Amino acid sequence: MEKPPVTVPPSGGALKQPRLPRWAPAGLALLSAGVGAGAGLVFDLASRIQWGLIAAIVYVAATYALTTAVEGHRQAKDRLATSLIWVSFLVAVLPLASLIWETVARGTKVLDGYFLTHSMSGVITLQPGGGIYHAIIGTIEQVGIATLIAAPIGLLTAIYLVEYGRGKLATAVTFFVDVMTGIPSIVAGLFVLSFWIIILDFGYSGFAGAMALAILMMPIVVRSTEEMLKLVPNELREASLALGVPKWRTILKVVLPTAIGGITTGVMLAVARIAGETAPILLLVFGAQSINNNPFEGAQSSLPYYVYEQWANGNEASYDRAWAAALVLIAFVMILNLVARGIARWKAPKTGR
Amino acid sequence: MAKRIDVSGLTAYYGSHKAIEDISMSVEPRSVTAFIGPSGCGKSTFLRTLNRMHEVTPGGRVEGKVTLDDEDLYAGGVDPVSVRRTIGMVFQRPNPFPTMSIYDNVAAGLRLNGSYRKSQLDDVVEKSLKGANLWNEVKDRLNKPGSGLSGGQQQRLCIARAIAVEPQVLLMDEPCSALDPISTLAIEDLISELKERFTIVIVTHNMQQAARVSDRTAFFNLAAVGQPGKLIEIDDTERIFSNPSVQATEDYISGRFG
Amino acid sequence: MDIAPTASAAPQNPPPKGPSGKDSATRPGDRIFLGLSRGSGIALLVVMAAIAVFLTWRTLVALAENEGNFLTTFEWSANADPPVFGIAVLAYGTVVSSVIAMLLAVPVAVGIALFISHYAPRRIATPLAYVVDLLAAVPSIIYGLWGALFLVPHLTGLYEWFDQFFGWTGVLSYGGGAPRSLFTVGILLAIMILPIVTNVSREVFKQSPKMQEEAALALGATRWEVVRMAVLPFGRSGVISASMLGLGRALGETMAVATVLSPNFLINVSLLNPGGGTFAQNIAAGFKEAGDIGRDALIASGLVLFVITLLVNGAARLIIARRKEYSGANA
Repeated sequence: MEKPPVTVPPSGGALKQPRLPRWAPAGLALLSAGVGAGAGLVFDLASRIQWGLIAAIVYVAATYALTTAVEGHRQAKDRLATSLIWVSFLVAVLPLASLIWETVARGTKVLDGYFLTHSMSGVITLQPGGGIYHAIIGTIEQVGIATLIAAPIGLLTAIYLVEYGRGKLATAVTFFVDVMTGIPSIVAGLFVLSFWIIILDFGYSGFAGAMALAILMMPIVVRSTEEMLKLVPNELREASLALGVPKWRTILKVVLPTAIGGITTGVMLAVARIAGETAPILLLVFGAQSINNNPFEGAQSSLPYYVYEQWANGNEASYDRAWAAALVLIAFVMILNLVARGIARWKAPKTGR
Repeated sequence: MAKRIDVSGLTAYYGSHKAIEDISMSVEPRSVTAFIGPSGCGKSTFLRTLNRMHEVTPGGRVEGKVTLDDEDLYAGGVDPVSVRRTIGMVFQRPNPFPTMSIYDNVAAGLRLNGSYRKSQLDDVVEKSLKGANLWNEVKDRLNKPGSGLSGGQQQRLCIARAIAVEPQVLLMDEPCSALDPISTLAIEDLISELKERFTIVIVTHNMQQAARVSDRTAFFNLAAVGQPGKLIEIDDTERIFSNPSVQATEDYISGRFG
Repeated sequence: MDIAPTASAAPQNPPPKGPSGKDSATRPGDRIFLGLSRGSGIALLVVMAAIAVFLTWRTLVALAENEGNFLTTFEWSANADPPVFGIAVLAYGTVVSSVIAMLLAVPVAVGIALFISHYAPRRIATPLAYVVDLLAAVPSIIYGLWGALFLVPHLTGLYEWFDQFFGWTGVLSYGGGAPRSLFTVGILLAIMILPIVTNVSREVFKQSPKMQEEAALALGATRWEVVRMAVLPFGRSGVISASMLGLGRALGETMAVATVLSPNFLINVSLLNPGGGTFAQNIAAGFKEAGDIGRDALIASGLVLFVITLLVNGAARLIIARRKEYSGANA
């Protein structure tokens, strides 16, 4: 593999320098995985996390030492950085892969047609049985109402900012949209609680939860719509205005249709985001065991809330239900995401390029 | 200090697209060789194969042989990092490191290659900036960011940065195309001085510039858009501009196309 | 979906605006449309104002009843008569768990971001970036469920190990029992904010100027030296603001903390032993049993959380705004 360095005049330095063979990183990785597992077995370490940590440390240290010896200081630093970056990648991927794996593996246990079409009405929490029908209804209604409130306001605000906005009002709106994106979901829930339930004295309902969800959704819609509207080339607007089309019709007939793909994607991603919110539901919808089709009256459930509630019950049958509901929720969110991104790709903003 | 380059049968690709095909030529030490030709003919690509910068582009790969005084740059076991350290490069647009001062920009290459004492660095920085005809303009503000200089000064700073590591060869990829005529003149003067010490290869769109600064000129052309670029001829600059041996060269030089 | 202000600013095409918004609205259609869109903007401001007003109002009601010191009392008996409650433990727990999360997540996130932008081959990098995007969308309750039922049992061995080697510090001592502690919360929060910090950092790294990277390469820099010379200096402020956005998320996270932490109202020297609490967790856990004063007290703690997240997010945005000016000057 290695050839003797060619002698060149001193100022240039050899182009060929001793290098580790190409398989060295892979070999070292295998070796350190072996050391990690070996140490784990010998010292009887219970958790695999320790095995992994040992392997990672051995790998990084061995790479650095070996490269310093063979290739020199600079190459060693380069390889050290490369191996740290690989390790960080693995460190991040493992928990996330485990999360998906656990949810799918444990979630499929009780997930079936019965589970999807029945509520928890009359089910004793310690026993298997029951389902998430009432939670699905709740989620659809709450998220639906939130979208009906937030999407038009968000869309129009974005139009205002991009097409009309100037001066103090636009600056203020831009600033507060930024502020709003940072509101923790529980604070949005507390606001609706203080205003709707404590002061106006309405009861817990799906609608109260939907208002909190709408507050969380609005800034997301404004942001993504703004981005999309800015992508619409000015020439299109000018062409339309030059034909004598009024500005509002230009916006409705030219600007929005051009950006509609991206706007739809943004709204769908926002829906996916709020569909997983638990905290406001906990404060405002209160949770229910049976089906309540009316979002404006009485407690409801929702998918994320159901997961929390079943977890809080603290027994195996409830855990199974929690995992199954989590799987349904994650599938719902992922499908929304994938479809939204599909639309974005399919109807990519026509930038004239 | 300066070395010769021999290229034989060099072909370069971007993914499956063949950008230049079967190029062979020699570049003499301590001379200026200019590459001219219409846009898209692969001059810059070819230049970048000479210090293994081409393979940095995603999908970029090279077949053939490039030797620097008989040492094959593409042989197995050759570290592209040492190749680039030995063959310096100046880019089309001036690209000083924006977060570094003028001083740090010039010292950047040296600092990569080991630890130097402050006094050694000071010497090299001064020598390189003088070599790039920039010392008098910046000696009072060495600690200011390099991005505060004018375009022409920035380009000379980049040249100073490249020569600070004492390369064997200096590659210049249209170094004046982003500059005004006065800065261009300053760089051209600099090139004639630098050829005393370095082997210089320059890509240029400007035929007068090629005629002014170079000893030898290589003309590249492509058969059609999408076809790979080829070397048409290489000869003494005087000859290329007065009496080229290929008709296409004459057509290009006399402005009939390109 | 990345609502964070990634600097991925699409090609900006600010449309022509009339001399003023009003002038262009001469036709009835234009007037109505402008009215609607401006009204929406105003509605948004009204909501923000209402949030501030109502939360403050209930906070004042709660504080008037409080017999303890709101800032220093180590107790939360808001439903007792007289009510006594203070946020000291919650503030400590919130800050400590979020800072742990940030310390763990940011280096790893920067590593992944560099991996995607500069190290991985393209055919791995593109799908990987996509997966990270999707992971940012996983609902927090699912992280919470996984944290409580999978992560917690798997951390016992690691904590015993920490105790063995670093127990003498006190901070990393571990007395056994389910490790439903602030440190565990920190680990879980780190996993949760990893995608967002990675996404924002990746966007910034991707925009690091290619010209300077090539300059570094042509000087004979190794890949790591290129990253250090031309990528990290450019991306530093971007990474800082990404971390702050992650911190903002971690501070306000409710469900993942509520499921993993075993709360009490003490400040525990050891981060590994169960105990402590955070603002959001305390609200979620105490809400169902809260009476009128109890609810107002929880709202008061929520207002404090709100202000803290506002400050953190504001700082992040300030840094991003600065960076834009800075990079513009050198474009």
